[in-house]
Amino acid sequence: MSTANATATTESTAPQQGGVRFTSAAANYIDDRTKVSAAVKEFGRKIFPDHWSFLLGEVALYSFVVILLSGTFLTLFFQASMAEVHYNGSYVPLKGMEMSVAMASTLDISFDIRGGLLMRQVHHWAALLFVASIGLHMLRIFFTGAFRKPRELNWVIGFVLFILAMAEGFTGYSLPDDLLSGNGLRIIDGIVKGIPLVGTWLSFLVFGGEFPGTDIVGRLYAMHIMLLPALVLVFIALHLVFVVVHKHTQFPGAGRTNNNVVGFPVLPVYAAKAGGFFFIVFGVIVTIASLFTINPVWNYGPYDPSPVSAGTQPDWYIGFADGALRLVPPHWETEWFGGTWSWNILAPLIVIGIFIVLVMVYPFIEAWITGDKREHHLLDRPRNAPTRTAIGAAGVTFYAAMWAGASSDLVATHFQMSMEGVIHALQFALIVGPFIAYFITKRICLGLQKKDRSIALHGYESGRIVRMQGGEYIEVHKPVSDYERWELVSFEEYKPLVLRPNDEGKITFGNRLRTVFSRWFFQDRVAPVTQGEIEAEGHNHH
Amino acid sequence: MAQDAKNGSTDAVVAASGAGHADDGLSAGTAVIPADAIPNPGHPPHRKRVTDTNPKKEKRAERTVFTLFFLSIIGSIGAIAAYIAFPIENGNHEMVRMSTLFVGLGMALALFGIGVAAIHWGKALMNDKEGIDERHPVRGDDATREEAAEIFHLANEESGFGRRTLIRNSLIGALVAFPLPGVVLLRSLAPHDQDPVALLKETMWDKGVRLTRDPSGTPIKASDVTIGSVFHVIPEGLNELEHDKLNAKAKAIVLLMRLKPEDLIEDENRKGWSYDGIVAYSKVCTHVGCPVALYEQQTHHLLCPCHQSQFDVTRHCEVIFGPAKRPLPQLPITVNDEGYLVAQSDFTEPVGPSFWERLS
Repeated sequence: MSTANATATTESTAPQQGGVRFTSAAANYIDDRTKVSAAVKEFGRKIFPDHWSFLLGEVALYSFVVILLSGTFLTLFFQASMAEVHYNGSYVPLKGMEMSVAMASTLDISFDIRGGLLMRQVHHWAALLFVASIGLHMLRIFFTGAFRKPRELNWVIGFVLFILAMAEGFTGYSLPDDLLSGNGLRIIDGIVKGIPLVGTWLSFLVFGGEFPGTDIVGRLYAMHIMLLPALVLVFIALHLVFVVVHKHTQFPGAGRTNNNVVGFPVLPVYAAKAGGFFFIVFGVIVTIASLFTINPVWNYGPYDPSPVSAGTQPDWYIGFADGALRLVPPHWETEWFGGTWSWNILAPLIVIGIFIVLVMVYPFIEAWITGDKREHHLLDRPRNAPTRTAIGAAGVTFYAAMWAGASSDLVATHFQMSMEGVIHALQFALIVGPFIAYFITKRICLGLQKKDRSIALHGYESGRIVRMQGGEYIEVHKPVSDYERWELVSFEEYKPLVLRPNDEGKITFGNRLRTVFSRWFFQDRVAPVTQGEIEAEGHNHH
Repeated sequence: MAQDAKNGSTDAVVAASGAGHADDGLSAGTAVIPADAIPNPGHPPHRKRVTDTNPKKEKRAERTVFTLFFLSIIGSIGAIAAYIAFPIENGNHEMVRMSTLFVGLGMALALFGIGVAAIHWGKALMNDKEGIDERHPVRGDDATREEAAEIFHLANEESGFGRRTLIRNSLIGALVAFPLPGVVLLRSLAPHDQDPVALLKETMWDKGVRLTRDPSGTPIKASDVTIGSVFHVIPEGLNELEHDKLNAKAKAIVLLMRLKPEDLIEDENRKGWSYDGIVAYSKVCTHVGCPVALYEQQTHHLLCPCHQSQFDVTRHCEVIFGPAKRPLPQLPITVNDEGYLVAQSDFTEPVGPSFWERLS
């Protein structure tokens, strides 16, 4: 942070034209009162590296801004009350029907307030994009190893943001008090009731009495527009402060080292690109919102405990949890010690809980295994960390099996399979799938590394076959340039830890465990090409 | 993590000497520091863009940028025009559609114009020479750390935080305890005049309550129920409830089906609960409470659309697939002297999802 380019913002004292004179006078005025020049000096020419995948986090940030803007519009018209009214708006099919004020005001926003439907759809699509981009951003961070020291804490902060985003999504989804959202709440009620000992009481606490009661929408609303957004803002601020403190990571490349950042300065290029990108994200959301209907609550009707439609599904980001509930085999419930243990609810909760915690603490686990205390600012190409990449693929498979579970019935009807068959296949995919994904991914990574190695040593296959004088056919390889080769060879290799007694001559359990993990991680590996090998190759190859 | 830190430093010696690395003094763990690594070839030479070399292309890029900004203005004006052009008159959905579509597209054009123009400006016309920043370790430098340590030391001295341990510990205790009242206050969210267990164990059904159609509330005669048909049922009087109608409905909803009597495989002690092949079961799934609304006439299977639990109506709705544990509770029914279907009593067990005190 301390290396600001002093070349920035030196104000010229030469005679100036009108526009410039006004700008510099305004800048002077503001600086005299805020010392903003210090910030400009510090950050004005701060360098940001370029890569398309770095935009994923920006998409998340920008869609959150869109959510705030459209959400503010909606709060001006939405009424979070479950008082029963007879709908008397302009949507004829529901006219005269009994429904909550929340549902009625949602219909008013959709049909009687100009631009209301557009804003509802902007809000919903932006929310979907928000969660999706956070997910992809996390995958980018994971697969490139960007979570390593010094960024472990920022991984945890980002992870909390992901959970908060899902909570925001769910609380918002439930607000219109339509049939679908009511059924979603019914499932939450069932899950809460399945918690041992306190579940019944907790359910009454959340719903203010029996399900559905008349309180839940107002309570969710308070969460949705006050507490959760405030937390999201705090964590985003923290997240970004860390990005500034750490500076951005960069992919390895010629001229790039662990001790520099190569890219474009904030002023003007990065500001233009990032600022422009905000408008593009906003534009994409508004385009989708104006062309594609989402959450047409008027088709579902107000919540009523009795009706339900086939193909009932949650919003996609909560699908993994709903799918996990579906993948439980029949009869998982026991009566022990005078209480009801609903394993058909607890098992999915526990499995998801463990999965979530493992994802959250993964940076610390990997740091423990490698024992590497240095800072890492150069990203790994996924292939150059085969075990991590394979673990990621296994995790994605595990998540995907649960996620697909939420649509098991639609999969069955659309592909004309038996519903039971789909569930059994997904149960298999949940348990065995991650192992298959792990092995395939690891092999692919090692294969790609070997290919890289061969290119670095022998160059590219040119496709040109030459017959030698002795009758031998060879394919001519074109050597890579130094710059290209650097991208192939500049990665770190870790060796498995050798089990040795510590200073006191003891072998601790922790060390033993670490050795096992270390062997698992680094047993199979491909070492980067060395200078010696290149030279030896040079001699062989005339 | 202190333990791990120790482990880490020991095997730095084992696996890598770490000599000559930039982060001197920090363990490289099991990372291999190669002796003859290929050297970094340094920054590749800068390549100029067409807009740098061809003034015509530069002019064109300039034109593109300001044209896009003008398009953005047109989009904004268009959105306002669309807002005015498509007023929403009562019940006119076509107008809602047009308003959403054209206000939205106008706004999108306004946004895209600015976005694309700014990025194009940045990429094609602004200086594209890459800059380089030096990185420094994130930790504060030694002098700063010493000063910070000194400040803490002074604060500790002056406050006696380390010395007066009783004060310190009582402070920690108080800080841990102080948020608890706030949490306890949330207890007010739960109703204090209700017994959840009793409420969950009873529904509106009672001896002699007529079975009526959902949602109209018209009573059902046994003769209305043909073989293979299914009725969605609520107790008579539900629609007239003043308060908590949905609460009552959420528990009391029932499915009524008529099977051929020979298809029914009934328990001895439940023989009298059906009437001439007509059976009534709670519609609330015993998994997490969704309505079990899908009836497969041929197989007599009931399916819950939320999580795909399946219940076999011929065998007292026992679970044959999916995550549910318990069969759907059966409502004992009979016929009154006017031929209407009525309940013999309330359900004999709690309906809906499991809860801790279900049995006790």
